[in-house]
Amino acid sequence: MTRLRARLLLLQVMVIAMIVVLVVRLWQVQVVQGAKFVTVATETRTREVRVPALRGMILDATGRPLVRNRSTLVVSVDRSRFERMPDGGDAVLRRLSAVLKIPVDKLKQKIRACGPGVTRPCWPGSPYTPVPVADRVSNRAALQILERQEDFPGVTAELQAVREYPNGRDAAQVLGYLQPVTQSELEKREGLKASYSGVDLVGRDGLEEVYDSALRGSPGLRRVQVDRMGKVVAVQQQTTPAPGEILVTSIDARVQAVVEKSLAQAMAEAPQSDGAAAVVLDVKTGRVVAMASRPTYDPKVWTGGITEKEYQRLLSEKSGKPLISRALKGEYAPGSTFKISSASAMIADGEPLHGTYQCPSSYNVGGRAFGNAGGMALGSISLHEALVKSCDTVFYRAGYEEWLRDGGNTPKTKTKEPMANMARAYGFGQPTGIDLPGDSPGRIPDRTWKRNLWNSTKDSMCRRAKTGYPELKDEARAAFSKRLAHENCLEGFLFHAYEAANFSIGQGDVLVTPLQLARAYAALVGDGNVRSPRVGWALVKPDGTLVKEIPVPIVSHLPVSDETRDYIRKALSEVPSDGTAAGAFRGFPMNVVKIGGKTGTAEVWGKGDTSWFASFAPADKPRLVTVVMVSQGGFGAESAAPAVRRIWEGIYGIGKSENSKPVKPALPDGHPADRLPVIRQDGTVQ
Amino acid sequence: MSDAMRVGRRSFAKRAVGPGAAVWRMDGVLLAAVVALSVIGTLLVWSSTRTWSSAEPTGLAKKHVLNLCIGLALYSVVAVSDYRWLRTYAPVLYGVAILGLLLVITPMGSTINGHHSWIMLGGGFAVQPAELAKPALVVMMARLLARPAEGKDRPRPVDILLCLAVSGVAAILVMMQPDLGTTMVLMAITAGVIVFAGIRKRWVLAGLVLAALAAAAVWSLGLMKPYQVARFTALIDPSSDPRGVGYNSTQALVAIGSGEVFGKGLFHGGQTTGRFVPEQHTDFIFTVAGEELGFVGTVTVVALLGVVLLRGVRIARMCEDRFAALVAGGIVAWMAFQTLVNVGMTIGIMPITGVPLPFVSYGGTATFANMIAVGALQAIHLRRPFAS
Repeated sequence: MTRLRARLLLLQVMVIAMIVVLVVRLWQVQVVQGAKFVTVATETRTREVRVPALRGMILDATGRPLVRNRSTLVVSVDRSRFERMPDGGDAVLRRLSAVLKIPVDKLKQKIRACGPGVTRPCWPGSPYTPVPVADRVSNRAALQILERQEDFPGVTAELQAVREYPNGRDAAQVLGYLQPVTQSELEKREGLKASYSGVDLVGRDGLEEVYDSALRGSPGLRRVQVDRMGKVVAVQQQTTPAPGEILVTSIDARVQAVVEKSLAQAMAEAPQSDGAAAVVLDVKTGRVVAMASRPTYDPKVWTGGITEKEYQRLLSEKSGKPLISRALKGEYAPGSTFKISSASAMIADGEPLHGTYQCPSSYNVGGRAFGNAGGMALGSISLHEALVKSCDTVFYRAGYEEWLRDGGNTPKTKTKEPMANMARAYGFGQPTGIDLPGDSPGRIPDRTWKRNLWNSTKDSMCRRAKTGYPELKDEARAAFSKRLAHENCLEGFLFHAYEAANFSIGQGDVLVTPLQLARAYAALVGDGNVRSPRVGWALVKPDGTLVKEIPVPIVSHLPVSDETRDYIRKALSEVPSDGTAAGAFRGFPMNVVKIGGKTGTAEVWGKGDTSWFASFAPADKPRLVTVVMVSQGGFGAESAAPAVRRIWEGIYGIGKSENSKPVKPALPDGHPADRLPVIRQDGTVQ
Repeated sequence: MSDAMRVGRRSFAKRAVGPGAAVWRMDGVLLAAVVALSVIGTLLVWSSTRTWSSAEPTGLAKKHVLNLCIGLALYSVVAVSDYRWLRTYAPVLYGVAILGLLLVITPMGSTINGHHSWIMLGGGFAVQPAELAKPALVVMMARLLARPAEGKDRPRPVDILLCLAVSGVAAILVMMQPDLGTTMVLMAITAGVIVFAGIRKRWVLAGLVLAALAAAAVWSLGLMKPYQVARFTALIDPSSDPRGVGYNSTQALVAIGSGEVFGKGLFHGGQTTGRFVPEQHTDFIFTVAGEELGFVGTVTVVALLGVVLLRGVRIARMCEDRFAALVAGGIVAWMAFQTLVNVGMTIGIMPITGVPLPFVSYGGTATFANMIAVGALQAIHLRRPFAS
């Protein structure tokens, strides 16, 4: 018995040791590492399910939809509800199968979770969100399901939204498009990262991008407690989604349609043309009434996911890159439309407003003859006539003399450069700051620009001056290029006399965007304020309450007296009746509405002329400015001016339609909407 | 001896509650610890099964209480009986247990939760013969080793071999179910009783070496089923397969750890409600204690189990009868091993094996076996010589 007792003592020691070991380990797990396990437990136990918010519509100035949501009825099945049913939801699925006319087996395949060995059809998404089993369900079927919820527990029929464009291709580049959210965008939105899935769309380009956060609304969040099988045990937190705000724009859908049609015709009539753009601005407010760009595309291609092939086509040179809005991203030499800036600069620099100007057929600039188009010679004329007839030599002389006063090829330390400075005052050479992504700055080439360009290119130029261009096949061209490189290397920093002369008529290195030109004309014929144009007018809640009106910032005031602006406006008022655009406006009822404007024909090296017409109406008290640019469209009077004429006719309802009924004006009395459309509580527009 | 004879002549009622009756001389501390564990166990079973069905908000708690009542009745009967009956009928008990184990592997056996360990009795009742094999093996071996060799304090080698045969038959039958956990418990009982009986130290050492070699052989020869191997792998690195075998281990740790010091409160354990830990009313009931009652609760459970074990050792050490001491020692070895393996697997220091936590886990047959065992301890306690 002694040995037995001794061995039982050993047992006692082992039992005590065991208890000590267990308690120490429990201390480790529960006290030392407890907090860590609390975190892990919470993570394993809770799931966040995002309930997407309905994206806001984009409306035109009168409340007509530019982008709306097409509702498609989607029937979804809540798997967690099914799992709690004794038969696993079999009976419900059978009833559902009868209503939707889809075999039960197919429904079962659709709601099973994807996983190893389970291939499509299956549900790849979160197990806690309802699984869509049928879309484009008929109203009747949806009603059957919704009205007999006792027969269809866990089944919902709900409207899901996809973007729809009731006006087809109109304003495609302005509206922008939606694309799946990228990983980097997801990472910016911390906190929701886990609950965003790959199917979330984010605004890309256009209004959809700029107003994305307002249009998006805020998704609802359901934080649920789940069990091991993913079955929802309890709802811990639920926030309902807040639908996105409605963006009311100043675009008028009918004017936009007129503009689109007119551009299409201009492109068709100028077979060489490779692009066109039009901008209609409200002179009083600086808001955009219409904006179009050619070539264009149908934004419908984005809905439901674009194919890679289609996307590559939209980006290709061959299709003319229709995603790019030429109205705000296209940079073109403005030609004579630029003369409003040059004329303003001349007066501001001390030349007489009511003086006499010489318009010879050609003018000698630093030993080189610069001629008028067609050798036009008008003798002694007023500035008024110089603008109406677009006499280049008047402006060559002014540009050249200003250049001389600044010291010519040996510039003074402080140059005045009135024309370049006036151009900048008109808003050229800098982005307009419009509420659309990526507007181009254009280019105002002055002495500083020239020097900077030389600094950045002289090394390669000077090397080329020595080595030449042996890679060029054409010997004459290689020789010319080498001479050019040699010249640029030696005196590329010089702002030459011919450059000053070209500048004065919007040629040479001057580049503007159609939008910049439109706002410059709006400033000239309006109140003299240069504005940063806006497409967005107001953000409105879906129930109709105004969130905020989007202001149009004034960038600067033109350093031009009201008298001078008035003088120039009156001169331009003669252009469509007696000036360069007289042909294009022959027969236009100027007694109904008088149109003012300025043609522009910009020569482009190696390409056809850029055709411009910048216009305003009514000429005596302008409400609207319309600018049309047709790339490779020939003379301004040839394709741009007729396009603008068609736009005015559409806006004011001039002329007869094909069935010889009077045309309904796109804007009654030519007045853009001055009050926001009223959106009723239920979301309809008054 | 004469005392026991006199008791035998008194009426049952007097024997049960009369002055000087067994009830008043029982080991109160042992009984109190067992009752406390049973109460805690009932609450934990309730908490972990209350969400199973909305029709039964108390889950399996009622059935567990019924099992406990039957268990207490068995306890009382065994406690007031003379433990020497156990010695007399040990071969019968053992035979019944072996018969039960044989029945399980015939078509009469039923499979529940992947273990072919049950015999359905009808009316929703089922027995698990493997649980009954534990006390049967204890008394059978104690009987074999109770009589030492002539003039020695050690058992005869032939008795030891007999013991190994007796336990080997039971272990093999249990292994065939397959029930690795219970097999290990039977082996622990065997080793314990033989060592207590006074086998030479060199044989103990030899046994340990042999066991290690056998384990190595089983491992390398692939005698274990892949899932059994995986359980050991998961012990070393639970994250090696967190969705598979490591899942249980990881989830058990998470549930216990998240209870921190004071727990989330009874019925308030999110991991328990979500049933992240499998078998949480039986083998993994300790995780419910961990999550809902915290460190305070788990230490209480471990301490109460410690009390039961140490009282058992005390009873064994105080009695003069070799058979009684071996029975008590065997019971303690059995319970201690189950406690170590069960608690240990939930806190990541033991492999995952299906072993219930004594007095706490849900399970009818296991409860009965445990109560019978405690009853035996009390019986031994009651009949220790008054002189000592």
